[in-house]
Amino acid sequence: MAADDAPVIVARGLTKRFGKLTAVDHLDITVRRAEVYGFLGPNGSGKSTTIRMLCGLLLPSEGEIEVLGKKLPQDAEAVKRSIGYMTQKFSLYEDLSVRENLEFLAAVHGVTGAKGRQRIEEMYQRYHLGDLRDQLAGTMSGGQKQRLALAGAVLHEPELLLLDEPTSAVDPQSRRDFWEALFDLSEAGTTLLVSTHYMDEAERCHRLAILDHGRLVADGTPHELMENLPGSTLKVTSDEPRRMQQVLAGEAHVIGIAQIGADLRVLTDLRDDGVDWLRQRAQAADPHAGVEPVAPNLEDVFVASTRKQKQAMETAA
Amino acid sequence: MNLARLFAVVRKELTQLRRDRLTFAMIVGIPTLQLLLFGFAINLDIRHLPAAVLDQANTVHSRELIAELASSQVLDFRRNVAAPQEIEVLMRRGEISAAVVIPPDFETRLARPDRPAWQVVVDGSDQSVQAAARQLGAFPLDSLDYGAGGNVPGSTRVTGVEIVNFYNPERRAPLNTVPGLIGVILTMTMVIFTAMAIVRERERGNMEMLIATPLSSLELTIGKVLPYIVIGLVQVTLILILGLLVFDVPVRGSLVGVYLASLAYISATLALGVLISTLAKSQFQAMQMAFFTFLPQILLSGFMFPFDGMPKAAQWLAEIFPLTHFLRLIRGIMLREAHIGEMGMEIVALAAFVVVVMGIAVARFRKTLD
Repeated sequence: MAADDAPVIVARGLTKRFGKLTAVDHLDITVRRAEVYGFLGPNGSGKSTTIRMLCGLLLPSEGEIEVLGKKLPQDAEAVKRSIGYMTQKFSLYEDLSVRENLEFLAAVHGVTGAKGRQRIEEMYQRYHLGDLRDQLAGTMSGGQKQRLALAGAVLHEPELLLLDEPTSAVDPQSRRDFWEALFDLSEAGTTLLVSTHYMDEAERCHRLAILDHGRLVADGTPHELMENLPGSTLKVTSDEPRRMQQVLAGEAHVIGIAQIGADLRVLTDLRDDGVDWLRQRAQAADPHAGVEPVAPNLEDVFVASTRKQKQAMETAA
Repeated sequence: MNLARLFAVVRKELTQLRRDRLTFAMIVGIPTLQLLLFGFAINLDIRHLPAAVLDQANTVHSRELIAELASSQVLDFRRNVAAPQEIEVLMRRGEISAAVVIPPDFETRLARPDRPAWQVVVDGSDQSVQAAARQLGAFPLDSLDYGAGGNVPGSTRVTGVEIVNFYNPERRAPLNTVPGLIGVILTMTMVIFTAMAIVRERERGNMEMLIATPLSSLELTIGKVLPYIVIGLVQVTLILILGLLVFDVPVRGSLVGVYLASLAYISATLALGVLISTLAKSQFQAMQMAFFTFLPQILLSGFMFPFDGMPKAAQWLAEIFPLTHFLRLIRGIMLREAHIGEMGMEIVALAAFVVVVMGIAVARFRKTLD
């Protein structure tokens, strides 16, 4: 693919320190054109800080950023013309109507005259805001606000759209609709960078980076990440799942256990010999226990990767 | 600087302002309320002090003196007492603020120049009462016809200094306070409005969205401040009209001069507001800081207390405040018919304030936007 030749975002050694706290720690990221790139990580993992540095809101303490072929923060003003940014918290004006908010943003981005009117009309259509055009933003529901925020962020047809936990305040149906809208944009050639802490959303990204304590612990396509899981996921059946859970929790190679209905889902840090090892341990406690491998999901990748990171930090210390 | 973007901010600000009923009410309410309160309440020309009289002489002359004092309306004799102790009790209770004591040997004293003929006892806990009593001390006794004997040279007859009052012969307080109030009201509203308007963008999270757009901080600041310049001029107009209608305060100088001076002063208050907005983290903090700048200005500018009566250090400090210079300007133009060009130094002082404060604000602004 020719479009892949020039990455939209390249960050090398990106670091941000707030006093003693290192929020982002030597991050290397490459985002290609027209892909939906995800940032997955818990609260405080540095997702928002990274996004803010990538759109020129914060100055990095260290490292280099190139966005759309321009260096940040030197060329921040030029970059700002071609990016859209949707903040985590609704940041349009609550005391302005949908129309007034969009008109303001259109004027600020220099989308004026007939072109501006046409774009705003398109936004009404595409994000179902037409009937709400004269409603004050502050009186709208979470899903409606989110659609308005997206409309405001893409009004000027940015090449790159950065979204900071865009679905944190909306219901599941709105979340699904929202992702459909994101894929429409991606298909039209817009590059998207989305941060999230929802596994199901992360799974929908073309590629994603898993962040923990400001560090990149894994990156790749969701498929690659699950394939290369540094461990194995196993289903354990037992008549006494609660007791079994307690027994297995103390085992050396077990990194995570979750009860799913009557079964236990166990994550070990052993890759191929995990099944045999766990069966031996489980049957020692309950002779009737069954153990079989299951397909890993992103949550397993997340838990395994962040644990590896913690161990690395402990050995270093 | 892009004019289309600047205009977009102005338009947005006006739309928001139209919806913000409280701010809208403040624009009209604060000047009206303050003008009426200050105009009626601040009256340095004290009249009708509650007083008692102790006339131990009870002669024709003493009664005549009391009648004269009463007709001056400065004292309002409510009680006739028989003993000095009663005066003390009444004053302690706060029933009277002053008392006139005429000693039994009043007639003799009148004839002899070496001892005061009568006495005014005042409640020294109230400064304005003291000042009023001092005026009473100069009460001319010529009008008392106490016979030929009193006309000997060097008698107690107080000739008094004739005070010629230019510009305000009726000694009406509103004439002084209304022009000053233009300054005070602009100080209170303009600084708060601008500081809060800018901090609000940050507090509500709008700033984060704005920084990611091509809008520059200068465009944002100027766009937000411009509507308030107009609002400031509306307030000036409102005060001038109310001043004329309610208190009969004329604009003797040129109206253009009044507006030019106001414009210069509004710029100074807006600069201060912008500076505060770069320091404050929340609207509440902005409000606190704004109040912090009011008090010294209102107290030391010459609005409340006479400038010349202040200690030198306070006067130097007051020279920094824009209100001090604006008061001189506006009083000069409105009351003394001064031309704005004749008071060039005050304009220069205001301009210097704007340049310095705005310079600091702009320098700080870049930093806070990181």
